[in-house]
Amino acid sequence: MLDFVQQLVSGVALGCVYGLIALGFVLVYKATEVVNFAQGDLMMLGGFFAFTFIGMMGLNYWIGFAGAVAAMALFGMLAERVVVRPILGYPQFSIIMATIGLGYFLRSIAGMIWGTDDLKIETPFSQGVLRIGSLVLAYDKLSVIAATMILCTLLWLFFNKTTLGTAMRASSENMLAAYYMGIPVKRVVSIVWAISEAVATCAGVLLAPITFIHSNVGLVLGLKAFPAAVLGGFGSIPGAVVGGVLIGVIESMAGFYLPEGWKDVAPYIVLLTVLLLKPEGLFGHHVRKKV
Amino acid sequence: MRFLFKTDYEDDIRLFPHSGYIVSYGILLALLLIAPHMLSSYLMSQLVFVCIYATVGVALLILTGFTGQASLGHAAFLAIGAYTAAYLQKYNVPFPVYFLAAGALTGLIGAMVGFPALRLTGIYLVIATISFALIVEEILARWESVTNGNEGMRVKTLSLLGVTVPRDSPTFYYLCLAVLVLTIVGSLNLLRSPTGRAFVAIRDSETAARSMGVNVALYKVKSFAISAAITGLAGVLFAHKLSFISPEMFTLQLSIEFIIVILIGGAFSLHGAVLGAIFIVMIDPFLTYLKDDMPGIIAGIAATFGAGPATAGHIKSTVAAFASLNGLKGAIYGIIIVLFVLFEPLGLYGRWLKIKLFFQLFPLYKRATFKRQKIYVKSERNR
Repeated sequence: MLDFVQQLVSGVALGCVYGLIALGFVLVYKATEVVNFAQGDLMMLGGFFAFTFIGMMGLNYWIGFAGAVAAMALFGMLAERVVVRPILGYPQFSIIMATIGLGYFLRSIAGMIWGTDDLKIETPFSQGVLRIGSLVLAYDKLSVIAATMILCTLLWLFFNKTTLGTAMRASSENMLAAYYMGIPVKRVVSIVWAISEAVATCAGVLLAPITFIHSNVGLVLGLKAFPAAVLGGFGSIPGAVVGGVLIGVIESMAGFYLPEGWKDVAPYIVLLTVLLLKPEGLFGHHVRKKV
Repeated sequence: MRFLFKTDYEDDIRLFPHSGYIVSYGILLALLLIAPHMLSSYLMSQLVFVCIYATVGVALLILTGFTGQASLGHAAFLAIGAYTAAYLQKYNVPFPVYFLAAGALTGLIGAMVGFPALRLTGIYLVIATISFALIVEEILARWESVTNGNEGMRVKTLSLLGVTVPRDSPTFYYLCLAVLVLTIVGSLNLLRSPTGRAFVAIRDSETAARSMGVNVALYKVKSFAISAAITGLAGVLFAHKLSFISPEMFTLQLSIEFIIVILIGGAFSLHGAVLGAIFIVMIDPFLTYLKDDMPGIIAGIAATFGAGPATAGHIKSTVAAFASLNGLKGAIYGIIIVLFVLFEPLGLYGRWLKIKLFFQLFPLYKRATFKRQKIYVKSERNR
């Protein structure tokens, strides 16, 4: 029983990581209907920025963190301006390919600049564990869970309660109509990319003590976060976190109870099954087609 | 400018609309047939890869370009074809049998993937095919009694009707070329048949196709099966060409490369598959050329513009250092994809059509002819 609880908790922690990355996917998708395959790589870049500020320039952890978030928000706006804006409104597949290309580019450039070694950021939560009875929880994992919950709540409130959030949802439904209603669609899209990359950077920096930072971390985690977002139904913020936690728990349970090799495929098998039964994911909306 | 007068449907769907086609493709085929006597063995080897990639490209075009079902899992189909060949070869099954068996098995698995994919569209289909490919990759690594796990499998030299065909012989090239040509001709025939028309109808509008009486589910599964089967056949040739296969060759990276093939070639015509394959395969020799010769050339240019020998040497070493950076290939890949999506969405073949039209209409060409339509409404975007 204790094993089970321990696995469950570490699965939830892992799942929050996926959820945090999936949040970035969902944000961009929710506001612009763009699926950003480069999200994982942007997260990786955020981690490297934080490493540069904290590890190389020796800034305080929190200042470095904030600096990296700000830098990546600007970078997200730049990426949106250069790569995404010219092809908004074209078939989804064009945009997917463009972001895959962006991901390739960022991975290689990061490898060139920061090398291919695993890098580590010293954080206030790197050491120490929390003991509840005989349960052992590492602080770095708890920090991820806490951050995911806070960010998820903030973003959900932002999308559903603020004017800007409503504008974002409107421009997702129909960009042209939103524009006619006086919503500055281009600026809205730009802002949502900035927010999304800021969230990605939070994920990257919080992950740094757990997974380390290297140029392929974005690809590896991105491929896990993607099913998380799909499982939650691509446009739902709580869905992304629930999907992430599900994937994380499945992965950690499969790793513990099933023979070797199941750990990596179990999430995808579950994903395929869910898609078979519910093609829009668990929290997705069915979109009606017009002819 | 030539005007083709069509008087019936047969005229409209002809393989060669006019005699010019026969002449130009005849010349191309003749050049390809004498290529082994003209090109170096390295370029011949690259040409074999072009044939294999182009075959996969044609398969992917049928599914993605003509039926509108995106797939990022074609490396898995290639792997299944390659592994079937390697496995059956161990039991001395002759080449024609395992070649066809690989195609049949891959086609069957393709149909099985097609069924769950029926209800999925857009991004959900993409992620489902990625999941399928990852699961296949893991099975290949774990099912050690059949696939020999991560150690990989050796593929014996191909033997056809009692004659051994080494992987770098002209005969192997002719075999790959024959498979490619037959695939292209077969696909052209498929696409002008009622089946092909149904594929295109599904791509353009599923609802409209359904209301015209097209059995959408049946044709989607057919498209998946045909595409997978052709990829499986290419997989057999791929295995023989490499003579060694292991799971880490068939990763997501390879699936993305196949998508890049049709993206860069142009996803609306079979020409695109071939042009894209040439592009993807030739990028490696090009990068090697950059690495070896560019520093000298740039230093030479600098010297002619009056740079001293010290400066020229410095430029040479800088360029050499840049060209031998580790991730350069990935960066160039990324830039190429983004640039093609942004500026040449119709691919290389689209560019060729534009150039042709420019000269045909000479002073009257207008750029808007090839302009794409933007759609800003969600419900219409999710077709």
